[in-house]
Amino acid sequence: MTVGVLALQGDFREHADVLRTLGADVIHVRRPEELAVVDGLVIPGGESSVMDKLARAFGLAEPLRARIRSGLPVYGTCAGLIMLADSVLDAIVGQESLGGLDVVVRRNAFGSQTQSFETDLDIPVLGADPVHAVFIRGPVVESVGPAATALATLADGRVVAVEQGNLLGTSFHPEITGEYRFHEYFLSKVRARTLAA
Amino acid sequence: MTESTSTEQFGSSRVKRGLADMLKGGVIMDVVTAEQARIAEDAGAVAVMALERVPADIRSQGGVARMSDPDLIEAIKAEVSIPVMAKARIGHFVEAQVLQALEVDYIDESEVLSPADYVNHIDKWGYNVPFVCGATNLGEALRRINEGAAMIRSKGEAGTGDVSEATKHIRKIKSEIAQLSSMSKDELYVAAKELQAPYALVAEIAETGKLPVVLFTAGGVATPADAAMMMQLGADGVFVGSGIFKSGNPAQRAAAVVKATTFYDDPAVIAEVSRGLGEAMVGINVSDLAAPHRLAERGW
Repeated sequence: MTVGVLALQGDFREHADVLRTLGADVIHVRRPEELAVVDGLVIPGGESSVMDKLARAFGLAEPLRARIRSGLPVYGTCAGLIMLADSVLDAIVGQESLGGLDVVVRRNAFGSQTQSFETDLDIPVLGADPVHAVFIRGPVVESVGPAATALATLADGRVVAVEQGNLLGTSFHPEITGEYRFHEYFLSKVRARTLAA
Repeated sequence: MTESTSTEQFGSSRVKRGLADMLKGGVIMDVVTAEQARIAEDAGAVAVMALERVPADIRSQGGVARMSDPDLIEAIKAEVSIPVMAKARIGHFVEAQVLQALEVDYIDESEVLSPADYVNHIDKWGYNVPFVCGATNLGEALRRINEGAAMIRSKGEAGTGDVSEATKHIRKIKSEIAQLSSMSKDELYVAAKELQAPYALVAEIAETGKLPVVLFTAGGVATPADAAMMMQLGADGVFVGSGIFKSGNPAQRAAAVVKATTFYDDPAVIAEVSRGLGEAMVGINVSDLAAPHRLAERGW
């Protein structure tokens, strides 16, 4: 079982460290031939507009879309959630997402960095203990379509974590807080699919 | 406001250092107009540094270099949605207060501007907005982190297009970290004294083998190969100042530097993006600069 981390830009090393700690074989993915061998993929935090440009410039965007459509387990944090959204608000001109999650995501929804924050969230699917979540110029899910499910909301009701089949997206960054449960949950999807194949 | 706000914590070290984590593997570009900011964002910059004059012009025009006009910063903020950074003079805590009020995403307490205090740097802990500071060696980096810097950039020599100082500084910082990692515990007290840095930070680095914050490289990067070299030397990302908008074809060069930063270890990609970029900035050899004109020597 090989798990890839999209390594075009962003905090991909933090994700790779968490996944290795959990026992996964991890490779960095920057090229189509690297994507071809992974059983699951993490799209890290970073700048979504930069990841989009590089993914298209190096022939990775279409293979990514094809693998997402074919059921590859993918977990996106922050920029990764934006990449996975079917629809993105406040994108830069010409920015494209990969799609897969039936959601509308607003990029940079909280404003400038002075509005970035950390807080505790209740996420029942991960257990009773709250998840400590760090939001860094993060996006929010403005609407959840019928195919997707909200996993977590802020106290004001805004959705910040979603799931749809093998796809998982969070507005926040478990990879920098020592919170491993999202990655475990993602790896359980990878394992289930690998065993079924 | 909802009840959740009472548990939300703003401006923590994790939140401040975290933004720098998200910039890793990226290129931060100096821009002096909203139009340049648009070109930078379109080319794939992870952030822009808003300033009134690029270092090459500060150098050639002389005079006191200060924080940018708030109108300029706001125009750039309005033009792009990637993070916007801005520079305050070393020690000028009121410029920093102003930049925080303008809600920039990062403040660069920068030697490129004229220092406002030749003894003290800004006490950066009291701000919600994070700070990046320059360093030429590990001791300087740790003094800045001790003052609250959430990101470090090796200084290089800004506005020259000569990458040799950038090389020297990133190598110096990396090799001093490696030396700490190989020391026994009882040697770290003297190491802290010699680095003129707090013992707790020195001990932490000896243990982890890396800085507790993100380390970018700056100062003289002018080509895709320069950027890739900095990444191979261990930088987490690069700042490009005068190198882009003082060159013949800024949009193409900016996009090429972005690609070379991601594929820093792939010479075939670096070769491909380096083709036909037109003229690089003319540049000045750092060895031709008289000592008083070396910006990297500002900061203490």
